[in-house]
Amino acid sequence: MDRARFLVSAGAALGATAFPGIAGAQATVTLPMQNGLRPLVAFPQKRPLILLTPRPPQLETPMAVFDEGVFTPNDAFYVRWHLANIPQSVDASTHRIAVDGAVQRPLSLSIDDLAKMPTVEVAAVNQCSGNSRGLFSPRVAGGQWDNGAMGNARWTGVRLRDILDRAGLAASAKQVQFNGLETPVLPTTPDFKKSLDVDVARGDDVIVAYLMNGAPMPILNGYPVRLVVPGWYATYWVKMLSDITVLDHVDDNFWMKTAYRIPDAPHANVAPGSTGFATMPINKMDVRSFVTNIADGASLKAGTTVLRGIAFDGGSGIRRVELSTDGGTTWRDAALEQDYGKYSFRRWNTRWEARPGSYTLAVRATANDGSVQTSTPIWNPSGYMLNTIGTYKVTVV
Amino acid sequence: MTKRLLAVVVVALGASAALAAGPAPPKGTVSINLPGDAGFGFKPGPGVESAQRYCLTCHSSAYVSTQPVLTKAQWTAEVTKMKAAYGAQIPDDQVAPIADYLTTAYGKPG
Repeated sequence: MDRARFLVSAGAALGATAFPGIAGAQATVTLPMQNGLRPLVAFPQKRPLILLTPRPPQLETPMAVFDEGVFTPNDAFYVRWHLANIPQSVDASTHRIAVDGAVQRPLSLSIDDLAKMPTVEVAAVNQCSGNSRGLFSPRVAGGQWDNGAMGNARWTGVRLRDILDRAGLAASAKQVQFNGLETPVLPTTPDFKKSLDVDVARGDDVIVAYLMNGAPMPILNGYPVRLVVPGWYATYWVKMLSDITVLDHVDDNFWMKTAYRIPDAPHANVAPGSTGFATMPINKMDVRSFVTNIADGASLKAGTTVLRGIAFDGGSGIRRVELSTDGGTTWRDAALEQDYGKYSFRRWNTRWEARPGSYTLAVRATANDGSVQTSTPIWNPSGYMLNTIGTYKVTVV
Repeated sequence: MTKRLLAVVVVALGASAALAAGPAPPKGTVSINLPGDAGFGFKPGPGVESAQRYCLTCHSSAYVSTQPVLTKAQWTAEVTKMKAAYGAQIPDDQVAPIADYLTTAYGKPG
């Protein structure tokens, strides 16, 4: 895949021409895909990010942000909403989470109630199911993200299991359904609700978080409280969490039964154009890695160069990251940096004695569960779970 | 050179009152103003009124303009999905005109 990655046109001239009416559009970015021109726009509580759609808001994090540190700053964290009725004013002091359904004691919990329960913190990657959808070949319809619909944060809150135990699950409990404050514009549009099997919901690391990187989260990331499901795609991380409903059946709402389904096949991979295959709800993330300090198409000076990046998977942790400077023919091990836990970005680095010429860099990660990225692209009709080895063309002068 | 922010962030109560003892849970009201569709709109062309009327109810035109070039069959599938799965109130006799508009206006790169 040929990627003229990240051509940033700084200054107002091009931005003003391409997106004349957008306040705050300070520059444009051309993502490596057809119709890839995007404005960089600062939304409330956010620095300028790559604007995919303004309503509902969808904002992508530039790859260079991931080079700033292992945790993604709250003001640079990507944004993705499904439904356009998003509360633009939220009072954490009066917010309640209703816990009901197949429970012994229905609850109505305030943030203060949560704060009195045992506090837990987990470092975890939040990645959109459709991250990198714009890089699918053949292309598929949907939100056309490059690789920036992801971020890594320290999430602080309480274990979902502690909440469920306080309510007391009925013997009939099968799944736990989550709803937030966003609602559809039309009454005929299905409200956005997601569900987890009881055994997943009761996992050690699933939390109801009220802090993100030690601070209240931006409204666009779910203020005042959201679900955090480490290792699983972000569709389950319901924002502005308001309802926890224990179901005595498998959820058959649209967002579980019809949307966010993947082929029931390894790595969600089917032949392009396939139909009629069995499906399942999307779940754990596949292993991925990126170079964060050198963009595709970059020009470097000859000499010792540090290559740096990130890797993560669906919760087994990263065992190994390898780098190639010849397009994947030969590989060398990169050094893994500090370990912030099995759900976090793992930073890596390696030195490269760069001599003049043209090179194709490639990075691949291996997870502790043995899964490894490959150079064979996957395909599915919804454009989920892309994790092909990324390549970066560079020129050394 | 350009207007700086789309909106003002108001922290009404103590949302930023994290103390030295450690981060405090959020308190109080946070308000933002989202920009809506300012600066976005469908390209002109035959059928644009129908697209404006039925598509923009729920989402901005950027949902269309950022797609790869799609065929009429693919646009028809998208419009049908919006109606059948997402509950868009598109009359049966407007599905084909909207798909025609999208194919004509967005059926080539750029």
